[in-house]
Amino acid sequence: MIIQYENVIIKTICRMLIPFLQLFAIYVLMHGHYSPGGGFQGGVMMGASFILLVIAYGLEEARQRISLKALTIYACLGLFIYSGIGAWALLMGGNYLDYGKLPFPVSSVPAARAMGILGIEIGVFFSVMAIMICIFLAIASYDTGGEND
Amino acid sequence: MNTPQVQATILIILVPLMFSYAIPLLGWRWRGSAFFVALAAIGASMVCSFILLYTVLTQGTIHYHLGGWLPPWGIEYVIDPLNGFVGVVVCVISFLVTLSSKESVQKELPDKKVRFYTIYLLLFTGLMGIVVTGDVFNLYVFLEIASLTAYALIAIGEDGAPLASFNYIIMGTIGACFYLLGVGYLYIVTGSLNMADLAKLLPPLYHSNVVLIALAFFLIGTAIKMGLFPLHVWLPDAYTYAPSAVSAFIAPVMAKVMAYILIRVMFTVFQPSYLIEMVPVASILSWVAAAAILVGSIMALAQKDLKRMLAYSSVSQIGYIVLGVGLGNKMGLLGAYLHILNHAFMKGCLFAVAMALMYRTGKRNIFQLGRIHRRMPFTMAALVIGALSMIGIPPTAGFFSKWYLILGSIDARNWVFVAVILISSLLNALYFFRVIENAYFEGVHGHSQKEAMDGIAKVREEVPLSMLIPIILLAAGILLLGLFNERIISGILVFALPPGF
Amino acid sequence: MIEYLMSKYNYWIYVVLMMIGFYAMMGKRNLVKKLIGMNIFQTAIILYYISIGVKKGGTLPVVMEGATRAADYVNPLPHVLMLTAIVVSVSTTGVALAVLLMIYRRYKTLEEDEILKSMR
Repeated sequence: MIIQYENVIIKTICRMLIPFLQLFAIYVLMHGHYSPGGGFQGGVMMGASFILLVIAYGLEEARQRISLKALTIYACLGLFIYSGIGAWALLMGGNYLDYGKLPFPVSSVPAARAMGILGIEIGVFFSVMAIMICIFLAIASYDTGGEND
Repeated sequence: MNTPQVQATILIILVPLMFSYAIPLLGWRWRGSAFFVALAAIGASMVCSFILLYTVLTQGTIHYHLGGWLPPWGIEYVIDPLNGFVGVVVCVISFLVTLSSKESVQKELPDKKVRFYTIYLLLFTGLMGIVVTGDVFNLYVFLEIASLTAYALIAIGEDGAPLASFNYIIMGTIGACFYLLGVGYLYIVTGSLNMADLAKLLPPLYHSNVVLIALAFFLIGTAIKMGLFPLHVWLPDAYTYAPSAVSAFIAPVMAKVMAYILIRVMFTVFQPSYLIEMVPVASILSWVAAAAILVGSIMALAQKDLKRMLAYSSVSQIGYIVLGVGLGNKMGLLGAYLHILNHAFMKGCLFAVAMALMYRTGKRNIFQLGRIHRRMPFTMAALVIGALSMIGIPPTAGFFSKWYLILGSIDARNWVFVAVILISSLLNALYFFRVIENAYFEGVHGHSQKEAMDGIAKVREEVPLSMLIPIILLAAGILLLGLFNERIISGILVFALPPGF
Repeated sequence: MIEYLMSKYNYWIYVVLMMIGFYAMMGKRNLVKKLIGMNIFQTAIILYYISIGVKKGGTLPVVMEGATRAADYVNPLPHVLMLTAIVVSVSTTGVALAVLLMIYRRYKTLEEDEILKSMR
């Protein structure tokens, strides 16, 4: 369904654009505190960079760069980071997502809460990126047979 | 009150959630481990739910502040006796049904086991989240988690399953969006999203139209999700074409949790006095429920397919619960709570029997069942107990919940409802006796005796033990609940009534 | 009358959008059009929530120098709630698209009438 056109312009532009897109996605993630952004938005942009790769270069190129097994591991890893930080707060004596009790090496409780939220956003970032790519690959390859497991 | 038992409030959701994304990782390597991980997670939640119910009954309502933030600013999980009770019901039924699903999933969906159990455990997480939370928007989030996973699980069935699931997607999304609109309207007038806070802030505003519109949106959204009479159209297709293990899980549990949302919105967020005296919502609900009871039973008479008949019967049983809620007096509400418990066990038992029949014979047509009791005696015995309970014959559990509903209707001086309950019990008797007759005697209605006996061997060939034991436990549970219902009512349910009853 | 319409124009816009989406869900026969109607319906609700948080003279809910009072910022709580609702909308669209693919693979068409006819 997505075949490879011999189109130099698109390939060159995408090759220059995709690393910047990924860098911007990480910027949006990190600045979620101070400007519009956060985990979900950054994750979607990172996933969109891979989708741009698929559109410009074809499905095989993307499959070589990221496999389904790696996507599953990223998705589960992201969710483990999220729940893990929450459960770590449970073990430290607070309630579930009480970042104030986490032993970060910062000065005051609000700063610890800021670090905790950053950790959660990173977890969401991984998950959303993996799921976006996974949905797109699954829908794009439905006519050539599904993937295994 | 930060004892370890209180942390069970969050563990009841956290454990299934974390195990549900451990399943894909473990399942890459060991395929068979998916079932055991799911079972372990639901078992852990079941233990937590028992701890929570015991703690609530002995020490009072539990308030759990998520993230350490105090209520109007943060999300709060509140466990009171109603919550704890519904949580125990959901966990126990889920555990038994999951235990019995192993062989059925192995036979119907052998290459999708890992992903099936992932989504299954996420559905369980969503349902438990709805039960535990005390914040209206958090309830919307968990409602959507439960609904999305249910859409996905229903769509992997057989012939008409994707179309049935698409219908359910469209109607379920409308329902959830209406719930979200109700939350929005309440937020505009009060500025708070916490249930207890709303209950304090709303009474001065009861004369305004905005609160009335919010109530209307809540009720219609919940009615679509529950399958209450005019909005039940998605329910028979979804329950019939889903894989057997999925029907056995969704049918007893999901509609009860939606009925719990209805009770929570009506009696905790809005005061009962508003709903009974100022706006005649309770009486409208009870009349709609009476129509649901009759229509469900009549439609169930016309079905040839066992699961479709049970699905229409579910429509009518949801009508019983809403009738109890809408009656507005103590007996009716106790009848509704007791019916939540009883119907979960009854429908769990009946759908598990349907799953066992599908596993052994591959057929769902009632009229092709002839003399199957020789092959599967224990399963058919469980079917008989479930059927007797649905009809309402003492000492099975179904009799007692109908008894309380009739007492509630008499208290409200409404003889039409008494007649509706009795007529529908008769109709239940009609269609369940037809199933029992076909299962125990030779095939009737056109199939000759020889034809029926040729298809089915005469040797005893029961279902595997992992499917049989939960069925027997559910049937025994129906009998025990009937015998001990007085203790359940006086020990747990009386504390779950809203103040003023 | 005109003032009644104009002072609450955000409510009128969201009602019109919601009804367009609702009509598409109920009245159209093609399954993809129903899905698009569902998306319009959910987007209308998201716009409604955001519009109720607006304050006169308020700016973006991002901390800026020079604006220190709460009355200077638009209410951020509806924005946060709608982030969740957008995620839910995207997920529902994803699941619905997957189910549509299954329907297409089985029935080779996406028109509701033809599917129902081939199921009888």
